[in-house]
Amino acid sequence: MKRFRRHGQESQRDRLKQELFQFNKTVEHGFPHQPSALGYSPSLQLLAIGTRSGAIKLYGAPGVEFMGLHDENAAVTQVHFLPHQVELVTLLDDNSLHMWTLKAHKGLSELLEIGRFTLTGPPGAPPSVTRVTAVLAHSSGELLLLGTEGGHVFIVEVPGFRELEERNISLDQVASSVPDDYIGRRNLEHVETLQENPVDPNQVVIGYGRGLMVIWNLEKQQAIQHIPATQQLESMWWTEDGGHLLSSHSDGSYCRWMAGGEDMNEEEEEKSDIPYGHFPCKAISKIIQLPTEKGPPFLLFSGGMPRASYGDRHCITVIHSKTHVALDFTSRIIDFFAIRGGPQHTGDPSALVVLVEEELVVIDLQTEGWPVIQTPYLVPLHSSAITCSHHVSAIPLKLWERVLAAGDLQSKHYSKEPWPITGGQNLAPDPPQRDLLLTGHEDGTVRFWDASGVCLCPMYKLSTSGVFHTDADPNDNMNQGTEGEWPPFRKVGCFDPYSDDPRLGVQKIHLCKYSGYLAVAGTAGQILMLELNDEAAEHTVEAKVVDLLQGQEGFRWKGHTQLDVREEPVLFPPGFQPFTLVQCQPPAVVTALTLHSEWKLVAFGTSHGFGLYDYQQWNNVLVKCTLNPSDQLAMEGPLSRVKSIKKSLRQSFRRIRRSRVSLRKHHVNNAAKLQDANARLEAELAEMELAPVQRKIEARSSDDSFTGLVRTIYFADTFLSDSSHNTPSLWAGTNGGCVFAYMLRLPAAERRTDELVTAQPAKEIQLMHRAPVVGIVVLDGHGAPLPEPLEVAHDLARSPDMQGSHHLVVISEEQFKVFTLPKVSAKMKLKLTAVDGSRVRRVGVAWFGSSRSEDYGESGLVVLTNQGDVHVVSLPTVKMQVHYPCVRREDVSGIASCVFTKHGQGFYLISPSEFERFSLSARYLVEPRCLVEVPFRTGSATQRRPQPDGVSSAHRITTQDGEAAEVLQEIQKSLEGEQTSLLENNVKNAVA
Amino acid sequence: MSRQHRTPLKLTDNVVEVKSKFEAEYRRFALKRNGPGGFQEFYRLLQTIHRIPGADVMLGYADVHGDLLPINNNDNYHKALSAANPLLRIIITKKEGEPVVFATNSLQRRKKGLGLTGLRTSVTGSTHSRSRPGLMIGMPQNFRQISSIIDVDILPETHRRVRLHKHGTHKPLGFYIRDGVSVRVTSQGVEKVPGVFISRLVRGGLAESTGLLGVNDEILEVNGIDVAGKSLDQVTDMMVANSHNLIVTVKPANQRNNVVHRGTKTSMGNSGSVGSAGSNNSALSHDSPSPASQSNPITASNSIAEGDSDDDDDDEDDDGDLILENDCLAPYDSHLVTNSNNTNLNRDSPGGRSHNPGAARPLPQSVSLPNSVGASLSDSSTALSNHNGNPAHMSSSSQESMREDGNIITL
Repeated sequence: MKRFRRHGQESQRDRLKQELFQFNKTVEHGFPHQPSALGYSPSLQLLAIGTRSGAIKLYGAPGVEFMGLHDENAAVTQVHFLPHQVELVTLLDDNSLHMWTLKAHKGLSELLEIGRFTLTGPPGAPPSVTRVTAVLAHSSGELLLLGTEGGHVFIVEVPGFRELEERNISLDQVASSVPDDYIGRRNLEHVETLQENPVDPNQVVIGYGRGLMVIWNLEKQQAIQHIPATQQLESMWWTEDGGHLLSSHSDGSYCRWMAGGEDMNEEEEEKSDIPYGHFPCKAISKIIQLPTEKGPPFLLFSGGMPRASYGDRHCITVIHSKTHVALDFTSRIIDFFAIRGGPQHTGDPSALVVLVEEELVVIDLQTEGWPVIQTPYLVPLHSSAITCSHHVSAIPLKLWERVLAAGDLQSKHYSKEPWPITGGQNLAPDPPQRDLLLTGHEDGTVRFWDASGVCLCPMYKLSTSGVFHTDADPNDNMNQGTEGEWPPFRKVGCFDPYSDDPRLGVQKIHLCKYSGYLAVAGTAGQILMLELNDEAAEHTVEAKVVDLLQGQEGFRWKGHTQLDVREEPVLFPPGFQPFTLVQCQPPAVVTALTLHSEWKLVAFGTSHGFGLYDYQQWNNVLVKCTLNPSDQLAMEGPLSRVKSIKKSLRQSFRRIRRSRVSLRKHHVNNAAKLQDANARLEAELAEMELAPVQRKIEARSSDDSFTGLVRTIYFADTFLSDSSHNTPSLWAGTNGGCVFAYMLRLPAAERRTDELVTAQPAKEIQLMHRAPVVGIVVLDGHGAPLPEPLEVAHDLARSPDMQGSHHLVVISEEQFKVFTLPKVSAKMKLKLTAVDGSRVRRVGVAWFGSSRSEDYGESGLVVLTNQGDVHVVSLPTVKMQVHYPCVRREDVSGIASCVFTKHGQGFYLISPSEFERFSLSARYLVEPRCLVEVPFRTGSATQRRPQPDGVSSAHRITTQDGEAAEVLQEIQKSLEGEQTSLLENNVKNAVA
Repeated sequence: MSRQHRTPLKLTDNVVEVKSKFEAEYRRFALKRNGPGGFQEFYRLLQTIHRIPGADVMLGYADVHGDLLPINNNDNYHKALSAANPLLRIIITKKEGEPVVFATNSLQRRKKGLGLTGLRTSVTGSTHSRSRPGLMIGMPQNFRQISSIIDVDILPETHRRVRLHKHGTHKPLGFYIRDGVSVRVTSQGVEKVPGVFISRLVRGGLAESTGLLGVNDEILEVNGIDVAGKSLDQVTDMMVANSHNLIVTVKPANQRNNVVHRGTKTSMGNSGSVGSAGSNNSALSHDSPSPASQSNPITASNSIAEGDSDDDDDDEDDDGDLILENDCLAPYDSHLVTNSNNTNLNRDSPGGRSHNPGAARPLPQSVSLPNSVGASLSDSSTALSNHNGNPAHMSSSSQESMREDGNIITL
């Protein structure tokens, strides 16, 4: 009977679990790693990026995102949208073609692969015959022209990929009509490019690698005109009126040819130019020319730089009338296109979109000076390498606006124009709350991202390097070009992987969302306290040195030195401004940081110990050295591991040298012994490198290195000494499985500035299994985690239950243990490692709302293990709830970068530049929900460029919708205050 | 040497010449080799002969190799008698505060002028240039189980489930594991699957000293959890996490030494306990060449600890978290107090512990005992029930664990 009842409870619990937890990888934020192809559909207003790993990503208006992945793991080399349709074709490195479409399903569009095709040549033909080098999606939307390495052009019907053999343009057909005087009719080489005549879709031009261009009539299946260029062809462009062809060549030249004349032999190149000439130039890889309604056309081309002096620059040149600019990018150019204004996208070029290897840059061509338009998505997260991240949920509107205002002041140099890529509709509901993701970077900056929705938008950038003296002179501006410089370079883009000083790197961030205090800790033991200020201010920041060694002897710091603080006043722009600096000594990396804005205390830990700093009085309250005297590694600094290998190598060599020396002394059989020694060295080296993978089974002992490293630090207002009086307390957990608890005595609020804060040691727990302590949480009488500081004061959380007894949860890499308070004794535990061999790498506390009923929810621990699995562990009973595989086990940096939100979501880096967002909550899910409609076609296939006055009705509808959505958003925003409080009420109810 | 061997044969077979020494006095007498009587009678006999009735003494004898070995039960008494050639040399020492260490090669050293009482752990092997230090053999009451074969009745004969007891010592478990390929017979025929194997045993380590684990043994389970499909790192972490009470199920590479399952014949029942002095199960120690080591094949612990930790605390062994509650204690002035046993949960009042090392505590401290609420693994509970713990070894475990903790905690 009992068993049956228990079974019933189990199934009920299972059902509840389904309502609470659900695992989804929802969206990838940031810039795709290793992009390899770019495509654009003017009619859909969608941008497509293919990557080297075989992913295809589509972007439209902010929030409109699609992602697909080819089954083959081959790089995407070309992406082409079929004109006026929702299909696109991708060409992969393995010579396969794939057809993708945007299918509407339940009112939402999805990106689906609907076909794949590999060109098959005649039997026995070499593979080069069918190796596709050029693709033209014909404007009829029914044909695909595929130029190959063998020089043939295959014509394929789409979307079914049916080969139209009778219409193929073979090399023989073309070669037979090549004029005799064309360099002895040598091999024409591969098809480099295919272009369609913008006014006559029956005419295409085939550009061969050797330089010959042939205008071909598809209907009559014959060559109309031959253009005998003599240089290796790189690209071609057919001007909009169909009257001219532009060709760019490998010697850095471009030529303009008259097209349409029937007289093929008389055709002369009208104009030829090497823009950066005289000296040998690099190839112009792509050239486009766009007309303007009144005035000269825009000419845009990439490359063509003088080989010797600027061959290493990645440039796109824009020439319009007298203006000539060489846009200088920081990474390799993949591809570019121009967006044209006007209702049918046939007007003046409005923006230039450039995909470079590390970012997407959009340049406003309408505004004077051609400023850059800030991208709402595809932002390079890694403009400097990401060193840490911190997520803050449910930001109060006031702080949000102040951060935004500070960010706006920073982005003054950006164009005011709206984002030019506007395809699709974002149907995602407005995010329930405002979330901030803060990323710390190697160059000492902290970037604030709006992480509430699908788009990870940059909000504000904080630089901490101004406080310190660095090698780089702030006046040394790379952007300043000297007058009259040729080529007229202009630096664009923000990707800058070079850090002036690695010590500036940000390691830990803690933001109090209620008070606007921010603590930022770095690689060289610096902890900056910052405050949000809407005005610029100039002041000096004084460093308070904290000696964490506490007179511990026998240790010598061999790592980096601390950063030099500027002694003169520094001007800080509006935004977060540092007001005090704590400098740890020795200046080791800060490994733990927490801030309590209500008590005005900040606690920090390094590999040597931890400290508590009162940032109200600028006074250090507590220092505790956690070093173990036998731990040499911690002292010597970060390089000692490397040294040990070096040392052993050196020893090996010394041994040989010694043996050589002794050989000489003894005048014995030199060669044999030398050989012997060499063999021994070889064996030693082999042993070092090729030692079989084996693992020693040895329990941790106290002499493991870095046992004193402080892993986590935590503030709690709880019962530390007796069960009737709760007191502020500080908890710190170390790598050696030790937890220290201190009781804090805070003066009354009115005397807070005068009296000192004191800390007394209260408890110490040494976990027997000695695994590193990665998290400490105190649960209130109801078993709910204690709220954040000031949360209760702002009426955003219910005050913790102080009646029931509190519990301490210590999360080590191996176990979750619950202890009673104030008397610490073990109550419950979950031995994770003992059961499945995985270790806790990341842990967070999250609240899960039920998807079924509004008012039910529970708190839990979210855990990422070294196996890449995410687990949810219930609180306060520490029972495993669910687990899902999330990150690849080998992806160590991905696992290390993971950060959890308070509502069961998480982020981790899937590449240096991309965050993957996942959700464990069944209620909160941020994922792209968008619709792309089939474009409304005004003209027929033959006359596809309508007059400028013909405004597409479909377009009008979408804009109206967009406006309506904006209005809705406004209303939503005004209501949002209530919404969050409603949410918090739910939390309270659930807890109660 | 060979002549000496032959002499007792010439003599009558059933008489042994005994020369016993207590402090500076010698006594010589004869004993019937196959006569009745056991250790207790012999002990009383020596007391009367030396006129030390009631004195608490320990007996040792010199074996053929010149090793000083203890006599403290019937088994080793008979062993001593049978091994005497022709003379049985008995050395009697008073039981004092400092324990005497019996060790191999100890008598040779004694001949070089070192007194027997001077034989300390520190002396052994440290001052001598001999490459191999003598094997240390602790006193019987100091013996603790370091390993056992368990669940013999439920496992297939080809498998062996070994429990290793670390008892909080520093001694590493002492083996390495590697990835490998294991051949399994399935319904589809022979199948090759990845497996985890023991790659190396550390010399003098716990695993080697048990003789129960060998190189190339395949590891099948760790504390009841199947390792199939787990990575080497995972298995390593599981073993380390369970290192306080590690139960590994292996498929030994050498299948010749398997425990033969013969119903009632196995005197050990289902738990072949290895490590007690009386163990004469040669099947378990396949690589013990000398008779001396065979008589005591497994014990190889350097540490001398008083009292055995009882057998029931093993699952909670690792829960002995050390908790210091320094209510209003001056900073950095803390004393080690611990009690890592769950047998006496009610002893957490400060007065209940007379063994606190911190005599001069400035302020009241409270010590909490880790209690054992955690869900124990299902298999470990069966392991517990299968284990025939010696109730005599239940004593003073708290003191021992305190000592253990005191060693590792640095304050």
